[in-house]
Amino acid sequence: MVSTVKEPVLAVMSLSGGNDGMNTIIPYNNPRYRDYRPALGIPEDQIIPITDQLGLHPSMAPLKKYWDEGRLAIIQGIGYPNGSLSHFRSMDIWATCEPDELGLTGWLGSVIQDVDPKGENVLTGVNFGRGLPRSLAKEGVAVASVGDLGSYGLLTEIGAEAQRTEALDLFGRMYAPAIGQGAVDDYIRRTGIEALKGADILTTAPGIYKSEVEYANSAMGSYLRDMAQVHNADFGTRVLFTTAPYNIFDTHANQAVGHSNLLQDVASNIDSFMTDIRQLGKSDNLTLFFYSEFGRRAMDNGSGTDHGTGGVAFVIGDHVRGGLYGEYPSLEPEKLEDGGNLQWNVDFRSAYTTLLDRWMGLDAKAIVGGNYEALNFI
Amino acid sequence: MSDQEISLMAHLLRRAGYGASRSEIEAKADQGYDSVVEELLNPGDDPGIDEDLMYRAYPSYFDKAAIETGQTEWVYRMINNKYQLKEKMSLFWHTILCAGDNKVDNARTTAIQIDKFREMGMGNFKDLLMMLSTDPAMLYYLDNIESHKTAVNENYGRELLELFSIGVGKDGEFNYTEDDVKACARAFTGWNLAPTIPVFPYGRTPFEFRFDPADHDYGEKTFLGETGNWDGGDIVDIICKQPATARFVSRKLYDFFVADEPPVPAWRLSEPRDMDAIRSLEKAYFDSGYEITAMLKVLFNSDFFKDEGVHFAKVKSPADVVIGTMRMVGDHLEPKPGLFFVAMEPKYMGLDLMNPPTVEGWHMGREWINSGSLIDRINFASSMLGNTELPGVRLMINRLMDLGESPSSEQFLDGCLDLLGPMDLADETRSQLTNHLDSGGALKHGTEAEQGEFARRTGETLQMIATTSEFQFG
Repeated sequence: MVSTVKEPVLAVMSLSGGNDGMNTIIPYNNPRYRDYRPALGIPEDQIIPITDQLGLHPSMAPLKKYWDEGRLAIIQGIGYPNGSLSHFRSMDIWATCEPDELGLTGWLGSVIQDVDPKGENVLTGVNFGRGLPRSLAKEGVAVASVGDLGSYGLLTEIGAEAQRTEALDLFGRMYAPAIGQGAVDDYIRRTGIEALKGADILTTAPGIYKSEVEYANSAMGSYLRDMAQVHNADFGTRVLFTTAPYNIFDTHANQAVGHSNLLQDVASNIDSFMTDIRQLGKSDNLTLFFYSEFGRRAMDNGSGTDHGTGGVAFVIGDHVRGGLYGEYPSLEPEKLEDGGNLQWNVDFRSAYTTLLDRWMGLDAKAIVGGNYEALNFI
Repeated sequence: MSDQEISLMAHLLRRAGYGASRSEIEAKADQGYDSVVEELLNPGDDPGIDEDLMYRAYPSYFDKAAIETGQTEWVYRMINNKYQLKEKMSLFWHTILCAGDNKVDNARTTAIQIDKFREMGMGNFKDLLMMLSTDPAMLYYLDNIESHKTAVNENYGRELLELFSIGVGKDGEFNYTEDDVKACARAFTGWNLAPTIPVFPYGRTPFEFRFDPADHDYGEKTFLGETGNWDGGDIVDIICKQPATARFVSRKLYDFFVADEPPVPAWRLSEPRDMDAIRSLEKAYFDSGYEITAMLKVLFNSDFFKDEGVHFAKVKSPADVVIGTMRMVGDHLEPKPGLFFVAMEPKYMGLDLMNPPTVEGWHMGREWINSGSLIDRINFASSMLGNTELPGVRLMINRLMDLGESPSSEQFLDGCLDLLGPMDLADETRSQLTNHLDSGGALKHGTEAEQGEFARRTGETLQMIATTSEFQFG
């Protein structure tokens, strides 16, 4: 079943660093959980049960209502064969769907190109944060990267309006021709023109946005607020992306407090974002997917957790069929891989396939590199 | 002095430092290339700036209560250090052996690591890895402080191999196995910090290294095919003699100083861009017993570095954009208010000093450029070069007046490009700028009013050159 929503929008948030899935969706009735997590086990009376086996970390409380509404899908045991324990490799694999060789094309870069093959709209894909994440990278695809929506624009130091207009005009003429001075120069010229066009349009978003919803004062909060503003403005943006900065989910140490704060930051800001777009009447055509490049080891190391494989991902939206997808990885010792990693049972490309085929109405096969069974969350 | 000598010297000073004013380029070209290279390679122990003056002017730099203070001090040093290569090596190593204060949360400890890169960055690679392995910021950043004899934490052990020395692979082969990672991590158990002093009431104090023999795994380990009761020092010894390590350091130096290479995770499958150049650096690595200065000497004296094909072929890093522009316009050459705002600019362009996005550091080359960072780069450089009050810009105005009573648009534009590089523009870009100059009438500077207008138009032209695609290369 393909969604019938017109102009569906896919929002993606990467929790970079490797989120501890086992302490996000907690198998609280499994005695192995207590065995494996002597230092980091969440006290049972604080866990928020969602089934008789599984519960949410207490900091995930703001997302419980979406579960109750049936609009939160939880994909358990998500991963891919021969999981890499390197952040960068694993992030690249999630970004490019290329587990065996080095991919340079991001899956969302391909989505942007499929949706807007002629590159008619420089804002088809927008990233919130600095730099261009590999998920969005594709030769010839423009992506606006917005660090802070409030102060976006070119040659803003020229105060006199007429003079600035003249300078921007000259800038546009200097950047316009692709003059064959090499691929990098072409890339910069294209980026300059896109920046010029994109900035003109993007800077109108805050003026259109009227909202009382508050976001937490954090990088994730401001990225998600900017994302809501851009989505609200109807610029034709179909792919929205952001990353929790600094690989911050890499909780090898002092995880008890750190991870709780991180989940709080994620859950409260995602709640603000969803509440915001619902109040703005713009939630019908948006689905939000959030994930991390891997889970963490089943056993804690006394203070944190080391890199693992099978993890957990989430989908929220008004057209999402909430519930649990995949199976919770077995905690039985003989079922753990490589001395302590949870086995994956859902390939992340199945989740992508669902989002692409059923939500975006695109041919997922070409983008994810093969046939993967769709899940039923859309 | 030929144009070619000026161009080569400008290239050297841009790459082995953060560029220089036109008069400094001319003076150094006069001194001679070989002699300037020797000077850059032998800075000695002198800090290169008047530290007393700096700390008196900015007392907060001493304590570094916030990371921004540490970043500002570093930017002050980048602009003013008279030993520019030594200064640039601190950034070189930071982009590779990086720790992030977003986790360490102790700016002084993080900044001390950078000071050590500055002091030791042109020394022996083995000493550098030993320093790194006992560096409190690194031990904290990569959780070695949580790695115990009975519960090994692999984070530092893994990244030491993957990102700091050997790299995942070369020539299509993997350089190490997961078992090597485990052995490496075991060898560094017990490499820890002394108990830290509570923050309250006096603020943060730097962390200190302490080896805890009771927490060290003295058992036998097999690492890269060698078996013994290895500790961290033995691991560093074994690492340093690997051909893969020679390749890693050589390719990193080539990438930073000569021409952009892809990021490290790609190196198993992607060949170096210039294998002969890499081989000559690898040879210097082994011949000298891992001395970085010996490798730099080969590099700066090589034809592959001097080759005009690599001039302006690297995308400037945010530090090159910001510091290079400041040195060109001659601002903040002594302590004065407002440096903080300059020092935050690299962050807006994607280089948050002492806060790398991940332990892999920054993806460089064209990956510095996206529509967001390009806007920041253009806005910063054009606002500085368009400011006719700044001393470096005033000097350029004066030099341009020497072109004659009423230079043509072409002569004037060439003069500007000469002072900003010397750099070239594509013909199309150039004709847009000369058309624009033509439309403004004759460039006279006889009367006082004409001089004011001449200065304004100089500022405007420099500003527009700073927005070009060509200006993004260094």
